[in-house]
Amino acid sequence: MNYVADIRALTRKDLLLEVRARDTLPAMLVFVVAIFVVFHFALPAHSSALAARGLLWVAIMFTALLALGRAFVPEREQRVLDALVLAPSDRSAIWIAKTLATLAFLVAVEIVAVPLFALFFHGVDGATIAAFALADIGICGVGTFVGAMAVATRARDLLLPLLFLPLAIPIVIGGVGASVVSAPGRYLAFLALYDLLFAVVCWAAFEYVVTE
Amino acid sequence: MSPARHNSGLMARIPLPALATATLALVTTALCFVFFVAPNDADQGFSQRIFYFHVSIAFTAYACFIGGAWKALRYLWKRDPSADLESYVGVHQGVIFGSLVLLTGSIWAKISWGHWWLWSENQLVLFLVLFLFYCAYFMLRYSLDDGPQRANLCAVYALFGVVLIPVSFLAIRLAQRFIHPVVFTSHGPNFHGWILVTYCISQAAMFVLAYTLYRVELAGKRLDRRLRDLRRAYA
Repeated sequence: MNYVADIRALTRKDLLLEVRARDTLPAMLVFVVAIFVVFHFALPAHSSALAARGLLWVAIMFTALLALGRAFVPEREQRVLDALVLAPSDRSAIWIAKTLATLAFLVAVEIVAVPLFALFFHGVDGATIAAFALADIGICGVGTFVGAMAVATRARDLLLPLLFLPLAIPIVIGGVGASVVSAPGRYLAFLALYDLLFAVVCWAAFEYVVTE
Repeated sequence: MSPARHNSGLMARIPLPALATATLALVTTALCFVFFVAPNDADQGFSQRIFYFHVSIAFTAYACFIGGAWKALRYLWKRDPSADLESYVGVHQGVIFGSLVLLTGSIWAKISWGHWWLWSENQLVLFLVLFLFYCAYFMLRYSLDDGPQRANLCAVYALFGVVLIPVSFLAIRLAQRFIHPVVFTSHGPNFHGWILVTYCISQAAMFVLAYTLYRVELAGKRLDRRLRDLRRAYA
């Protein structure tokens, strides 16, 4: 029960910080619209709806990277992470709370981006929405984890995409697969498997990322 | 501290010169078998012989990655400080052999299908993903100062690798269904007789070669570290 309360308090802190400072969400929204405009000019005329759907996944992936790069910045600048590690709670609660906060930002962006995509390019089906729901968990879980790793290094922002993208390739395959084929069940199941597997690994290993 | 005290395994007690001699003998035998004993492939002729190197190097690279992850787990679990360096050297050897997989696979693809790169070759794509993943491992390592935090982060990342290998394998197989419906098969079912013997010898040769290189690099790295410690103590 204490664990849940810790997670709730930490998530609330991140969301409150965003409501007051508005650092991340507006940037993500502007970025995703800018990417759509770039894609419009990058796609040749009469290219297929399938290609556009693939690009939607690219757009979401890079927008997520923007949020993940910011995720641990407040903790780093104010040295809050040291205090959180010293607090008498399980360290994995820090990871879960940060994942939930990032997930909230990403879902908020998708609520705007997916209808906008339908307006600019083509509509999306239910399978794509389901794939986004599953992929978001994987993106935020793994992304937050490697974000915490990257923030400890000298290279920081440079390192995050390099650490994250190879790990995210299976998510892109599962997501694009679910969006473009007629029977998406196999791909959705794969995304769920990915989420489960990496959630367990991240949950168990996060302690080693923030402690020495 | 003598190197033997770092890892008490049976393999670690084999002296390096003996290992190097065994490697030379095995690699020479493997080359002789590949070029003079193994029969020509009915389909692809002489060029199919690269298979003996390509496949055995691929399995060796997997073994290195898994070995590196095992040492990483040992570090996190037992807090054995020498396991960090062993894990790093294991991953390093894995990346060297992984690059060779990409190289030999590319040559094979060019000879067999006329292209230097084929997205339909699952094994090649998987190694490209792993190559990118482990390149990031080195950047992570060199972006941190020597100490327990670096060892922790590198160990955790190396462990992610062994989760990523089966997940990526599955994902790339799934991707075939919507990206490349046609799957090439590289060799038929006739995997017997001299082909099997040659393959087993080349596989053994690659394993021993990788282990020898691992031991050489580890010895060098440990010497470096001792020298640094001595300098620090002297200063």
